[in-house]
Amino acid sequence: MISSGDTAWMLVATALVMLMTPGLSLFYGGLVRSKNVLGTMMQSFICLGLVSVLWIAYGYSLAFCGDAGGVIGTFRWVGLKGVGIDAGPYSDTIPHLLFAAFQLMFAIITPALITGAFAERMKFSVFLLFVILWSTFVYLPVCHWVWGGGWLGRLGALDFAGGTVIHVNSGTAALMAVLVIGRRKGYKTQPIYPHNLPLTVLGASLLWFGWFGFNAGSALAANGTATLAFFTTQVATGTAALSWILAEKIIRGKPTTLGAVSGAVAGLVAITPAAGFVGPVSAIIIGFVAGILCYLAVLLKERIGYDDSLDVVAVHGIGGLWGALATGLFASVGASGLFFGNAHQFFVQIIGAGSAIIYSGIVTTIILLVLKYTVGLRVSEEEEIQGLDVSQHNESGYAIR
Amino acid sequence: MKKIEAIIKPFKLDEVKEELQTLGITGMTVTEVKGFGRQKGHKEVYRGAEYQVDFIPKIKIEIIVPSAMEDGVVQGILRSAKTGKIGDGKIFISALEEVVRIRTGETGDDAV
Repeated sequence: MISSGDTAWMLVATALVMLMTPGLSLFYGGLVRSKNVLGTMMQSFICLGLVSVLWIAYGYSLAFCGDAGGVIGTFRWVGLKGVGIDAGPYSDTIPHLLFAAFQLMFAIITPALITGAFAERMKFSVFLLFVILWSTFVYLPVCHWVWGGGWLGRLGALDFAGGTVIHVNSGTAALMAVLVIGRRKGYKTQPIYPHNLPLTVLGASLLWFGWFGFNAGSALAANGTATLAFFTTQVATGTAALSWILAEKIIRGKPTTLGAVSGAVAGLVAITPAAGFVGPVSAIIIGFVAGILCYLAVLLKERIGYDDSLDVVAVHGIGGLWGALATGLFASVGASGLFFGNAHQFFVQIIGAGSAIIYSGIVTTIILLVLKYTVGLRVSEEEEIQGLDVSQHNESGYAIR
Repeated sequence: MKKIEAIIKPFKLDEVKEELQTLGITGMTVTEVKGFGRQKGHKEVYRGAEYQVDFIPKIKIEIIVPSAMEDGVVQGILRSAKTGKIGDGKIFISALEEVVRIRTGETGDDAV
């Protein structure tokens, strides 16, 4: 029976998760050079359109309708046929259509997260193709494995709000994208500054706000689990912002604003799979480690020298992996992790994250290589110097420079 | 007539302006500029990336005065812009051929 309380909360939570994608576009937009601000924001924003259409066409069906061999759904809900306003198979208290809408917002932000890795150099037209192919061949299967009745969910892998499906998945894809597309022109030879950090702070704040919908909404009900997820989200995020700037202070001398907001995002990522399964003290530990670990991953990237423009691998890949494993350590509510007497859970988490890394890594690479050698991934050198705003969209972010 | 250009520390602009007004100058032009001299730049850090910023923000003031006032104005700038630390800036003095006030067509000292 549909509950008006649960339905009201899930409508709001769905809208909150929607807000994360524009928030992400601000977060990324501020981090690039001013000539690329619109091109970068557009890559996130347009996912709101593209993935919505794809979701109705066949996406929701392939992720959530039935099961074919544990790896993918079926085509029976194509066009959302049969997905109506009555309570559905995934929740007894909210309309099935609302569940589909909530899941849609997750499907939108996941490819948008990857855009930070190849920021400032990808063709817009090919980017759109990439989103269609990646959503179809990577997101939908992995989503099905964990949440749609696939093999990982049946194995007992814990992923409260998408640490594996969204963050490990997009972080791995980001790493492959960086390796296939190559560095930006001028990387390491000329300074590449963030052009507007206040935009980035605003974007991170909107992400944080929207993330309450993402994590607490994943309870699919207005109940105690949602409250726990809400609370752990807050403390893990705040702690990670602190621990990132603490590590900065020790290693580089000054705590930075960009460090604080990056830490917050790392904390959000890390608590995502654990949000409804851990207590507040565990959340603090998860957040604390996330801030330091992701900062060290950023420093390691600088050492190795691959050009992950906006650190998607370090923040979402490493933060997501830590979160997935930490869930297997700290789970104590509704499930038990290693520290609560269930070592088996930790190994299941390793299998879950590991299989997402392997699958996403291989399939993303194939998609990117096919695009690279057919239509080409990168804008021309001249267009790259000119900037994406003018070369891809015929407009400029700012009238006064 | 002389053109006096001075590169100064931005926070000293008000003091310099007030000092020169007491000396009776009738106008000045101010520009925000960037450059380097002996003063070193600073370091900026964005996540893992460290950048050395060589161009430091400064203020450039331009003043046109009758030749007789040159020495007083230069002394005035020295008094008001000096901190004694590296990066205080420089003063450039050059002879000026002609000045024309656009509204009236006056020339020379009358136009200053």
